[in-house]
Amino acid sequence: MSTDGAQTPIADQTGEATTRTLHIWRGDLTDGGLVEFEVETAPGMVVLDAVLEVQRSQAPDLAVRWNCKAAKCGSCSAEVNGRPSLMCKTRLDHLPEGEPITVEPLHAFPVIRDLVTDVSWNYEVNKKIAPFTPKPDADWLIGQEDADRMSEFRKCIECFMCQDVCHILRNHRMHDRYFGPRFLIRLASLEMHPLDDLDRIDQISGEAGIALCNITKCCTEVCPEGIHITDNAIIPLKERVVDRRFDPLFRLLHRRPR
Amino acid sequence: MSAERHEYDVIVLGTGGSGLRAAIAAAEAGARTAVVCKCLLGKAHTVMAEGGVAASLGNVDPADGWETHFQDTMFGGKYLNNWRMAELHAREAPDRVQELERWGAVFDRTPERKMSQRAFGGHTYRRLVHIGDRTGLELIRTLQDKAVHSGIDVFMETIVTRLVKDGDRVTGMFGYHYATGAQVAFACRSLVLATGGGGRIWRVTSNSQDCTADGHALAYEAGADMVDMEFVQFHPTGMVWPPGVAGLLVTEAVRGEGGILRNSEGERFMERYDPKRMELSTRDVVARSIYTEVKEGRGSPHGGVFLDVSHLDPAYVKMRLPSMYDQFYELAGVDITKGPMEIGPTCHYFMGGIRVDAETGQTIVPGLFATGECSGGMNGANRLGGNSLSDLLVFGRRAGTSAAQAASDAPAPRLPEAELALAAAELGGFLTGDGLTGPAEDPYRLHRELQTVMGDGVGIFRDEAGLETAIGRLHELEARAANLRAPSARLDYNPGWRLCREVRNMITVSLQIARAALMRAESRGAHSRLDHPRYDDYWSEHNILICGDGGEMTLEARPVVTSDELTELVEARQEAERV
Amino acid sequence: MTTQAASTPPAARRTGTPPLGATMRRDRWWLQPVLIATGLTLFGIYSIVVAALNTDYDYLKGGARYLSPFYSPDLRSLFGLHIPFTYAFFVIWAPLGLRTTCYYYRKAYYRSFFLMPPACAVAGRPRAAGRYTGESRLPFILQNVHRFFFYFATIVLGFLWYDAIRAFFYHTPTGTRFGIGLGGVVMVVNVVLLSAFTFGCNSFRHLIGGRLDCFTCSASARARHGAWKKVSVLNGHHQLYAWLSLISVGVTDLYIRLACAGVFTDPHHIF
Repeated sequence: MSTDGAQTPIADQTGEATTRTLHIWRGDLTDGGLVEFEVETAPGMVVLDAVLEVQRSQAPDLAVRWNCKAAKCGSCSAEVNGRPSLMCKTRLDHLPEGEPITVEPLHAFPVIRDLVTDVSWNYEVNKKIAPFTPKPDADWLIGQEDADRMSEFRKCIECFMCQDVCHILRNHRMHDRYFGPRFLIRLASLEMHPLDDLDRIDQISGEAGIALCNITKCCTEVCPEGIHITDNAIIPLKERVVDRRFDPLFRLLHRRPR
Repeated sequence: MSAERHEYDVIVLGTGGSGLRAAIAAAEAGARTAVVCKCLLGKAHTVMAEGGVAASLGNVDPADGWETHFQDTMFGGKYLNNWRMAELHAREAPDRVQELERWGAVFDRTPERKMSQRAFGGHTYRRLVHIGDRTGLELIRTLQDKAVHSGIDVFMETIVTRLVKDGDRVTGMFGYHYATGAQVAFACRSLVLATGGGGRIWRVTSNSQDCTADGHALAYEAGADMVDMEFVQFHPTGMVWPPGVAGLLVTEAVRGEGGILRNSEGERFMERYDPKRMELSTRDVVARSIYTEVKEGRGSPHGGVFLDVSHLDPAYVKMRLPSMYDQFYELAGVDITKGPMEIGPTCHYFMGGIRVDAETGQTIVPGLFATGECSGGMNGANRLGGNSLSDLLVFGRRAGTSAAQAASDAPAPRLPEAELALAAAELGGFLTGDGLTGPAEDPYRLHRELQTVMGDGVGIFRDEAGLETAIGRLHELEARAANLRAPSARLDYNPGWRLCREVRNMITVSLQIARAALMRAESRGAHSRLDHPRYDDYWSEHNILICGDGGEMTLEARPVVTSDELTELVEARQEAERV
Repeated sequence: MTTQAASTPPAARRTGTPPLGATMRRDRWWLQPVLIATGLTLFGIYSIVVAALNTDYDYLKGGARYLSPFYSPDLRSLFGLHIPFTYAFFVIWAPLGLRTTCYYYRKAYYRSFFLMPPACAVAGRPRAAGRYTGESRLPFILQNVHRFFFYFATIVLGFLWYDAIRAFFYHTPTGTRFGIGLGGVVMVVNVVLLSAFTFGCNSFRHLIGGRLDCFTCSASARARHGAWKKVSVLNGHHQLYAWLSLISVGVTDLYIRLACAGVFTDPHHIF
């Protein structure tokens, strides 16, 4: 209940108070390690609840980034038991019981402190993508079928977990040569826009580095929005690059007036 | 003293929809512009908006026009809206939405390939331009990408703790970088506040953690006046269980698709409160009905009521309400196609805010503008769904343009050292405890106590005794807040430090809400007084203004801003409602 | 509160290359790559052996004709070839090439054979910084020819349909008569699965409609969007059909092989 129910103590909800062990990575760029905490659990508790409880009662300087707590803003990305996850959407009772829960910051970006990483690289990449540029003669009629295709990519909440799990960034650290899945779907939403006037294939095959992707689909696996990043964005873009670069037959048949 | 300083023509505080829209407008008008925000770019509370943007495009219902939208907004706001704002909003919303599409936004379409529009509570025609149930995200992503390519500088994760004045003019602001604790001062010719609402004042809220009424408090301290603060919208359907997600919004579309509200006795109780519109009655009525059911002992096990869609075809539910299905399945372990949801009212939106000029967004303080949820006047006593997204586009643009214009006439901004020293001392004090006059107060605890006070006395239903008690306790909290101290003394990423100032902001604004609620001796829109259950003639024509210049909070009733040209429209609607 | 050692030193974890298999995952992430490697290896060995054997691929008993998918089309009768060695390799390069360059199989073998990476959020083979080239250099840049394999594999698929339909027509002393044999049913199931796999191909999905920027700007675009939607349904199960069709090809060949060898008699009924 909005006003009175707020005062109901959490433990009273069912009476069953159990504890869980958390191993939270604490540290910064120079040093760090997992630190153990015990947290009393409440029904339906998510990892973010547990981390905030640690912050409130045991480690007031624990750094964690969060905002909406509703899986809509994409701020609280972390690695829970080794898997990129939104902390606000990962329930404790869905994680193996009797085992400690590890919570680490994202690996693909430099850690600032504790669970917070510096994701500013992503914003720099986004700046390199030319904005939507409508055709001069655009009639602004768009079909639902076209909207549906673009809309899937535009569901992205920029949690950057796809960037984190992508081995090109995570392990090979090729941030200077690859835009990552998040910005390939952004490019896809523009490239497939019926009214966008720009030719984006050169950028996609050039500085965005789409050829580095070896479609192992981990980005799709971790996407909290269920976007089919690989099948609906990256592979179609790869095929468009093939049209341009590797398919003489296609070029012969579809010579576009320039 | 702070080493880092920045100077711009226009600075916008907040990167939600209205902040980004204002920044784009200011940059387009030629001003050197920066935006400053607490969160990362694109993560502001606007992303949570689901339903759509209200704009009378008439794509689906050609009969729609700005006049009807204006009338709907006025009726929804119980005629306390600033008439001119409601007019501008209704007139300009269609252009603003079309402009978004030209910037790359993608909305759902009609069979004629135009932007589709959906029906929503209180709107006469199908009016809400939307994309699925994530219209806010679409809006913010579009504005974000537009802003990035408009030459706007962005300061992310930067907390502003004070506005800086040179004489009676606002010339900048002071704050610090959350990641490092390094202090930073911003000088500007025009400052636009776009800080959103303050739902975190209540424990159960649909608002993000960033929504701590910062702009309301900063502007008030800088001498701006506030309007309509007693009107806080409680959305009828928020999750009540599990405790970690209490307040999380359950979209109105659940009822729109045929969801039925029942109490613990299985009774469809809306039959008793609004037999005509039932579950699709206005938000204030449904919220009050649910509250009453729970209060009278017919609530669900976790203190809410039941909202049921299990009588609908499971496939249909999953197709039409995918995010609700996921939300309950993931977070509450409830399959909504099989069993009912437990829901209850949740604090959702501030109708009131900083009083601004309708045309320009200018506050009464020179150099200071406000837009979006932190400004007041547009929505009156109750906001219609869909009007907030259009509000922030229309008035965001107006505030940005006006701020840029004002900047070109403004003197070079000067940041008086004494003011900066004061701000630095306050900020440092939270960390070091310097200047404390009593035992240190923990910000987390004070925040919880504040939420208790506001939940007890200034919730959906209010009465004189409860409000007076709440005000007394708020004054106590205000006194204790002078001794706030962060539990950790770290500079970098210290959440307790940040919360200190936020708690102060929330206490200031809570007092405004409680005192305005006490003064308005009637029930209207989102404001329900048990001891004054009816409309009052005097209050039907007066807004409450709150001013704090000089330290003492003063309240004043002032006639609603009307407009002769619009009288006909307003009277026509009032006449139609009577019939 | 106790401080434990992190899985890897923070410095290495942030800047250096983690060792193969480094992860904080605790589930059995290695199981899938192991199963896939096993499955692909078994099929690879089976197909090479079968193609090299050059025997027992053409079942001709009781008026039936079942041709093993590894040996279709029958190049000898098609072109009157008289070669003493197996011709299967002149056939299977197309479907094998399709599978090798298929986007699903690429995922599968990059993970399980090349360990780049073996599983999500698990460190792959360490390489010197900057030496990873993905599909931008030889050999993997050749993956871009996928659509050409699709063209050729479609031709082969046509012959398989021909074979499967022919399997229901029995040569009897009274002429050609319709009949149903288990071998024919197996062949039809196989060719249906192969079609589901082949026409769910990502390249085909692109060519049929995906490459359009506007699905609704003309009648032909709308028609192609309709086709794209159907291909998308198949493509959504591409992994499933990739495996089912792989198994069905092996089973079909094995069935014909064992029937040829007389291990059992193909049950059938001629109408």
